Amino acid sequence: MKFLKKDNFHRDAFIGIFVWFFLIIFYHIFPHPGIHDIIQKVFILGLFAMSLNILIGYLGLIAFGHAAFFAAGAYTLGLFLQSNIVTNLGGFSIPMAMILAIMISSALATFIGIICIRLKDIYFSFLTLAFQMLIYSIILALVDITGGDQGLMGGFPKPPFLGIDLGKPFDFYAFTIFISIITIVMLRQLIESPFGYGLRMIRDNSERPASLGFNNQKHKLIAFIIAGSIAGLAGSLQALLDVGAYPEWAFWAKSAEPLFMILLGGMHSFLGPLMGALIFEVLNDFVTANTRYYGLVLGLVILCFVLGLRKGLLDWILIKYYRK
Amino acid sequence: MDIFALFDCIISPACLISQAAGGLKIGMLLFLVASGLTLVFGVLGVINFAHGALYMLGAYFSWQVMSVTGHFGLSVILGSLGVGIFGLLFERTLISRIYNAELLVQILLCYSVVLILDDLVMIIWGDEFLSSVGVPKVFQVPPLFIFDAIIPPFHLAIIGMSFIVGIILWFIMTKTRFGRLVRAAAVNPKMLEALGVNINLIRAGVFMLGSFLAGLGGALAASLSSVVSGMGNSILIESFIVTVIGGMGSISGAFLASLIIGMARSFGAVAMPLFTDGLMFLIMVLVLILRPQGLMGNKKQ
Repeated sequence: MKFLKKDNFHRDAFIGIFVWFFLIIFYHIFPHPGIHDIIQKVFILGLFAMSLNILIGYLGLIAFGHAAFFAAGAYTLGLFLQSNIVTNLGGFSIPMAMILAIMISSALATFIGIICIRLKDIYFSFLTLAFQMLIYSIILALVDITGGDQGLMGGFPKPPFLGIDLGKPFDFYAFTIFISIITIVMLRQLIESPFGYGLRMIRDNSERPASLGFNNQKHKLIAFIIAGSIAGLAGSLQALLDVGAYPEWAFWAKSAEPLFMILLGGMHSFLGPLMGALIFEVLNDFVTANTRYYGLVLGLVILCFVLGLRKGLLDWILIKYYRK
Repeated sequence: MDIFALFDCIISPACLISQAAGGLKIGMLLFLVASGLTLVFGVLGVINFAHGALYMLGAYFSWQVMSVTGHFGLSVILGSLGVGIFGLLFERTLISRIYNAELLVQILLCYSVVLILDDLVMIIWGDEFLSSVGVPKVFQVPPLFIFDAIIPPFHLAIIGMSFIVGIILWFIMTKTRFGRLVRAAAVNPKMLEALGVNINLIRAGVFMLGSFLAGLGGALAASLSSVVSGMGNSILIESFIVTVIGGMGSISGAFLASLIIGMARSFGAVAMPLFTDGLMFLIMVLVLILRPQGLMGNKKQ
């Protein structure tokens, strides 16, 4: 299995660094905390949606329990930063906590993935949903550790590392976007690699690759684990942003959010879900500022996309202007 | 987890009977809603994520009829019929467009309707909890005592009513011409259409029946608990669990699974009060792993 595609790596990395610098300059040109908040949330939720789109867009598996990994990442990070281990590690507790969050969510994704990928279609969706709700119930039941329905109690410290203090808004903004862009560039490599094309092959016709001696299940499992780990990373960033973790992040409605973003942005273009996250966040910000009935507006917008445009915005733009 | 509490309950007739009756009540109400969901899936192949919202509409409609007329029977009948008609409009305008669409499109369309309806009822009826319709006068009598177990007669009435609805549903599906057409439509809609049957009529009828059942569940629930926007979300997930455990599309399976879930909830509340929901999902996970087609479903895959 080859996971890398060397051709475009330099180009992607260059674009990534350019975008990062651009957003940092943007931060100083527009010193408006509301806009900064939206941008960093777009990246966090975008990572979450893009990780789910590995399964939905490239593998054709409708996973409906993806928030389980998001919550696993968030709770792992929060609990680790709350524990005494922090003081022993000195200045490196946040990177360590994030690595641990990714590891725990990938371990969880391995466990759930091994069981789920044996099922197809709607049964796969339902099993992922059931596992997610099981995890939600466990979070609620373990009141002593997780704080139950109140969420992680008392917050947690955010000790500075390498001169980065995530308590400061600018440091957090730059750090979150940097981590997100690195992940997106790496994900791009994965999606354009032979492994990524293997996933598309399974999506389009699962019997043909199998008859060619291709191990479908192994590919599906690895994709599931990668998707779970990135969702865990997104969850840990969200936990750092909110200085807490909440059981709603493991509830099924949280799994519907990245589905909306994928629908709004487009599932067949790489950056579609990120664009979907942008639409979702801007809509959220705009609508909640003007009316209490956010669900009504969001529902109508989704209805228009499902019945009218029939594809995500970025998919639509790319088809209209580039792929005639 | 408290095994001893469960054991104590099982050996005490009072606790055993009252928990079993409670489980039966939960299970039978759930069956009303879940049978509609499984029927719609079995025949139309659509995962109706908006089923819980229809349940909520049933509760609001019957609350409204009750506050105008003050007649309980009328509120249940008009409430559930109203949801049936709403379901018919919903099917004709939206659902009929997505019969052959991908699963993701079906989920998102239905979920967008949930979001819209949840807010619409808040606009119409306000976002406060509406107090429950209450138990009708006939049943405002002292509870029955069976082996010291306290059982409200109204709960027995609900159990009996759901049972009768189940039998009527079984009769319609197995003994009538409509039922035979519906079952045929579930197996091979194109062949049925070639034989000159109006398939759209069958689909609309099935969706209306499914919505009616959701509305009936909601209308009855309005007499037991308060009515609020978003009240359909938990019953939606429970109906999914029942549908999956029983076998997707199987009404008898839904009956069996509703009983299992009702009992699991009722006795689970004794043994592990914090993990009652978790217990349901655990059962769902186990069924999907060991028997993905459900307890009484046909193996299609």
